[in-house]
Amino acid sequence: MREALREAMQEEMRRDEKVFLLGEEVAEYNGAYKVSQGMLAEFGEKRVIDTPISELGFTAIAVGAAQNGLRPIVEFMTWNFAVLALDQILNTASKMLAMSGGQIGCPIVFRGANGSAGQLGAQHSTAFESYYANIPGLKVISPSNPYDSKGLLKAAIRDNDPVVFMESEVMYGDKGEVPEGEYIIEIGKADIKRPGRDVTIVSFNKMMKVALGAAEELAKEGIEAEVIDLRTIRPLDWFTILESVKKTNRLVIVEEQWPFASVSSEITYRIQKEGFDYLDAPIRRITSADAPMHYAPTLVGAYLPDVPRTVKLVKEVMYMKK
Amino acid sequence: MATKFTKETYLYWYELMLLLRRFEEKTGQLYGMQKIRGFCHLYIGQEAIAAGCMTATKPEDKMITAYRDHGLAIAKGVSAKACMAEMFGKATGCSKGKGGSMHFFGADVGFFGGHGIVGAQIGTGAGIAFADKYNGNDNVTLTFFGDGAARQGMLHETFNLAMLWKLPVIFICENNNYAMGTSVTRTSNVVDIYKLADAYEMPADSIDGMDPEAVHEAVARAVKRGRAGEGPTLLEIKTYRYKGHSMSDPQKYRSKEEVEEYKQRDPIETSKQKLLEVFGVSEAEIEAINERVRVEVEECVKFAEESPWPSEDELLKDVYIDQNYPFIVD
Ligand SMILES: Cc1ncc(C[n+]2csc(CCOP(=O)(O)OP(=O)(O)O)c2C)c(N)n1
Ligand SMILES: [Mg+2]
Repeated sequence: MREALREAMQEEMRRDEKVFLLGEEVAEYNGAYKVSQGMLAEFGEKRVIDTPISELGFTAIAVGAAQNGLRPIVEFMTWNFAVLALDQILNTASKMLAMSGGQIGCPIVFRGANGSAGQLGAQHSTAFESYYANIPGLKVISPSNPYDSKGLLKAAIRDNDPVVFMESEVMYGDKGEVPEGEYIIEIGKADIKRPGRDVTIVSFNKMMKVALGAAEELAKEGIEAEVIDLRTIRPLDWFTILESVKKTNRLVIVEEQWPFASVSSEITYRIQKEGFDYLDAPIRRITSADAPMHYAPTLVGAYLPDVPRTVKLVKEVMYMKK
Repeated sequence: MATKFTKETYLYWYELMLLLRRFEEKTGQLYGMQKIRGFCHLYIGQEAIAAGCMTATKPEDKMITAYRDHGLAIAKGVSAKACMAEMFGKATGCSKGKGGSMHFFGADVGFFGGHGIVGAQIGTGAGIAFADKYNGNDNVTLTFFGDGAARQGMLHETFNLAMLWKLPVIFICENNNYAMGTSVTRTSNVVDIYKLADAYEMPADSIDGMDPEAVHEAVARAVKRGRAGEGPTLLEIKTYRYKGHSMSDPQKYRSKEEVEEYKQRDPIETSKQKLLEVFGVSEAEIEAINERVRVEVEECVKFAEESPWPSEDELLKDVYIDQNYPFIVD
């Protein structure tokens, strides 16, 4: 996965002089998670820039640079730390085009690791998709595999609007097919990762593993789940979800967000409005627990969505007693 | 080697620093055995700061620091057993197994925790001091942060407010020369961090952090100012971490020689020499201390091993004080 992300950045930096990368430990240390390994050597310190631990400051510089014609990629070591820079992302990057009446845009990518990664405690474990997806002016991408990551990151870098790109510490080591040669994946398109007819499961990012794992289990019992990978959170491709629900009449959403005003809340609203007549059961979801994530392994297990609970929930929407 | 400090002080320093060292050496081993998980940052090399701070303050004073919190927590009086249990994720941990290595807390002893967002606790520490001033007592708050944290905007806003309101806070920058892989010289044009105080006309000093005496004296001066209502002080304490930033750091950014250079001035070693040579403490007495520490660390591990895991119903506990909060449980 990290190689796919790196290739996307390298290809775009070779293609366009205006693209550059900055963040903590991205250059000499080769990236806290080694995503930018070798990039300093290739592009030099003008275009691969180490910053001090000053999230608000270096994000402001990048946002300013984007408004004045450059195309920065900002790496946050994790999205937990980007909270310090939220003012720049929310109040400057996302709003400048509107405030200037269309004069000044902000072609920038904010990327980094998001969500939990084992026993890291409460401050290092938040999944932020729903926060940023709430913000008009931003696009939010949260891919689940190397192929999608590369194609979507390239699209994000070429996009003329500010894009938030959510990765995962626990997926950087994931392996997957990435073809030779260039390809771009359009932002805003969900992908059916497993076709099925009985129930629709929607997920994204590392929770796709739970969704696909559950589908695998369900198949053993003759239940064919259709698994949709959102890939982009904002704009939300609800058409793909609706088309699936028209066929399956049942929807379960699996995500790592907290439950209140989450991505699943928004999907649920949209599908009940657009697809009310197609639903044979209430839309259900599994989110993280309504609490900060605790350190103890027993509590990590209880906090996150998992395969057994997803399987159980699918059976509930199918009115199968178990 | 003459000193105005007493034998008792040195005995206390030696035993405390040795406990912190041995506790963390054990922590490193247990991390390797995967008994301890998550991010884990060792304090090894920086112990003299904890030692000097403790003798220069009183129990009612407060402390707050970042994620490199084992040493300061134990020094301040959080039970070493509870600290070990915390890292195991056990219910008997100092944060009930909910915090882990980075988030030790001990409200009863004035330890306001280990914090994970670099620089955030600089402001929080000033707020703790604000409350003590507001309440009209003469407690001070020692607010610790790293050289990397000194580059956060939080530092400047907090310095300004703390001076404006003359808060009884002592800002202690534990300058171990690195923020992960980035040396101080690569983070700013101003490499003498204590000079950042000048912009706010805050008294400041640069201190040798390998020497508990120097730490004690500087902190004592700052404490005096704080208690007298004269406001904050910035102390840049020059120290060194012998180990990597966390447990997964290949340390390519520094040389072995550099690490060795600091180890030559190891505060535990120099304190021991002082006890032997200046205070005439016998080898046998030193050996007795070493043995006591060894046993204590063993007991910590035993306690952690034998303690229970938190039960699943802890998931929604300690999120609100309100016992009837209606959580979303779908
Ligand atoms: C706001 C924020 N940004 C980045 C990080 C990741 N991070 C954790 S520790 C660290 C280095 C901090 O160095 P320093 O302040 O010198 O403290 P030390 O580790 O040396 O004790 C970084 C970059 C973080 N935890 N919080
Ligand atoms: Mg440091």
